[in-house]
Amino acid sequence: MGAEFAIEARGLSKHFGDLRAVSDLNLDVPRGQIYGFLGPNGSGKSTTIRMLCGLLTPTMGSANVLGTEIPGDSRTLKPKIGYMTQKFSLFGDLTVRENLQFIAEIYSYPRAERASRIEELLGKYDLHDQQTQFAGTMSGGQKQRLGLACAVLHHPELLLLDEPTSAVDPQSRRDFWANLFRLAESGTTILVSTHYMDEAERCHRLAILDRGVKVADGTPQDLQARTSMHIVEVIAENPYAAQSTLDGVAAIASVTQLGVRLRVLIPERHENPVQLVEKSLAEHGVAGSASLTAASLEDVFVAVTMSPEERDR
Amino acid sequence: MKSLSRLNAIIKKEVLQLSRDRLTFGMVFGLPIMQILLFGYAINTDVRNLKTAVANQANTHLSRQFVADLRATQVVKIVETVATPDALEGLLRRGKISIGIVIPHDFDRRVVDNNRAAVHVLVDGSDPTILAVANQLRTMPIRFDTTLQSPKKQDLIEVRPYYNPERRTPVNIVPGLMGVILMMTMMLFTAVAIVRERERGNLELLINTPVSSAELMIGKVTPYIAIGLLQLAIILGFGQLLFDVPVRGSIFDLYVAGSAFIAANLALGLLISTATQTQFQAMQMTIFILMPSILLSGFMFPFDGMPVIAQYIGEILPTTHFIRLTRGIMLREAPISELTSDLFFLIGFTLVAMTIAATRFSKRLD
Repeated sequence: MGAEFAIEARGLSKHFGDLRAVSDLNLDVPRGQIYGFLGPNGSGKSTTIRMLCGLLTPTMGSANVLGTEIPGDSRTLKPKIGYMTQKFSLFGDLTVRENLQFIAEIYSYPRAERASRIEELLGKYDLHDQQTQFAGTMSGGQKQRLGLACAVLHHPELLLLDEPTSAVDPQSRRDFWANLFRLAESGTTILVSTHYMDEAERCHRLAILDRGVKVADGTPQDLQARTSMHIVEVIAENPYAAQSTLDGVAAIASVTQLGVRLRVLIPERHENPVQLVEKSLAEHGVAGSASLTAASLEDVFVAVTMSPEERDR
Repeated sequence: MKSLSRLNAIIKKEVLQLSRDRLTFGMVFGLPIMQILLFGYAINTDVRNLKTAVANQANTHLSRQFVADLRATQVVKIVETVATPDALEGLLRRGKISIGIVIPHDFDRRVVDNNRAAVHVLVDGSDPTILAVANQLRTMPIRFDTTLQSPKKQDLIEVRPYYNPERRTPVNIVPGLMGVILMMTMMLFTAVAIVRERERGNLELLINTPVSSAELMIGKVTPYIAIGLLQLAIILGFGQLLFDVPVRGSIFDLYVAGSAFIAANLALGLLISTATQTQFQAMQMTIFILMPSILLSGFMFPFDGMPVIAQYIGEILPTTHFIRLTRGIMLREAPISELTSDLFFLIGFTLVAMTIAATRFSKRLD
């Protein structure tokens, strides 16, 4: 096993009957980094995470996670990973402290250090005031902090987070990411799935999944630089009219409205994209100005998840 | 060592959660008390005071004496006196009475005539129990005269009721009730306890920790073993206090049998939990097993009276074997060493159910 990667997956696949939830996934997750899975619901993010921690047996392919072969006996792996589920999965009828205590016992955390570790986590994750509160009565953000505190209590080498921020407000998300960076800094490898672009942008590396297939991977900057599309931004007085006009143009792969602006994706083989857009608008008598711009992560996502017909326009 | 600490953590957590779930906690103790009060007092196979009407067409001194004797038996309770047998049939049909007694005009003559019955008893035979009670009336003697005793005739067969000479129903019901109550609570609690964790998502977290499925299962059911033994004590105590139900055999033997039975039901509960996804399904499954356990286990009806197929079904239910054990130990003073086949069945049942449950459980997420 290379000490360089926490996870190496080769040809990992999972089929549920006819459904190919994950197909032929290759993955290299470097140690000490935050690695993101970006994809819509049903793109295979959760299935992949569950295979990597040994909850699901792959239909084909294999992975090496922290030196443990998958498929195989994942018992040696469990103490080394922390896992946070999409849904709050701690005990609602136990208090915050009792939940932490339970997790510490389950992981056989050294008895002498248990109390100080729990104290440390209550402080770090801002749960001191809630320690005697039942976990079920806390807010979304508090539950999520408790979830993370429980997942990292035993100092896991690898943290698997399945859409951890889907139920929390923006401020809680910011705090949550600050915590993740702190953990990565101290050497923890983090695999996080998300469907938020801004979160994906914060990852050191990321893989974009679409219907069970990895369609792109790399650093966010790489992905933005490598997109095979011209990105044209259009400012129009009547964005709706502009969008319907541009939707009908053969060379244009995708048009997305953002307020008064439109983001137009045109495959790179077409030359002079700005003129193409302006000419099309003028022909239909729609007022608007176009300019070439750099790709955002959302543009990358749209570009890599579009159907082959759209891409070949 | 680590395994023990994990087991301990699960047990501690389970007890903590149970102590906070007031409704379940109340059920643990309330259910056996309520059931024993209800069934102990309500179920009675020694039927008395059947509603009865009499049509005394003879109306002689002898017939009136006969009616007074009937009343004195307490088997019947005469609620109405009518003129004709037709009126009796009407009352029977309307459900006003269960028994109608016709005393014909020539009652006095019929009494001395060995070829003719002196009295007709009309019975609502739709309930076999009532019919059986009515048949008791046939053995009632008729006294012509208080002075002239008819010579005492020795019965050909003498029946000696062992173990329950007073024919009190609770003596028979309470040992069986122990089986039914324990089965219901043990099976339901374990089935629901695991399924609830799946429903709430706790299970996905737990199976990602170093906890093994065996530790998880054993940890979850251990508190219920204690609860089961406590329930056993409650039922025994109330049975003795209120209904004077004896424990003639060894109380230790009874607890050995109880432990084996509790284990069998917990294993069954775990098995149900691996086959169901929601608490509602788990409850339905429990009721599916509960019904035959009440009706086919010998709790309500004598086992020997059932058709062979029903007996086979009864034989695979743990409750059947436990009821045999409790009745044997409590009433017949049998040592458990004479009832080993039932004990071994319970132990075997536990092992098989537990093995199936554990193998099914570890494959859950796939």
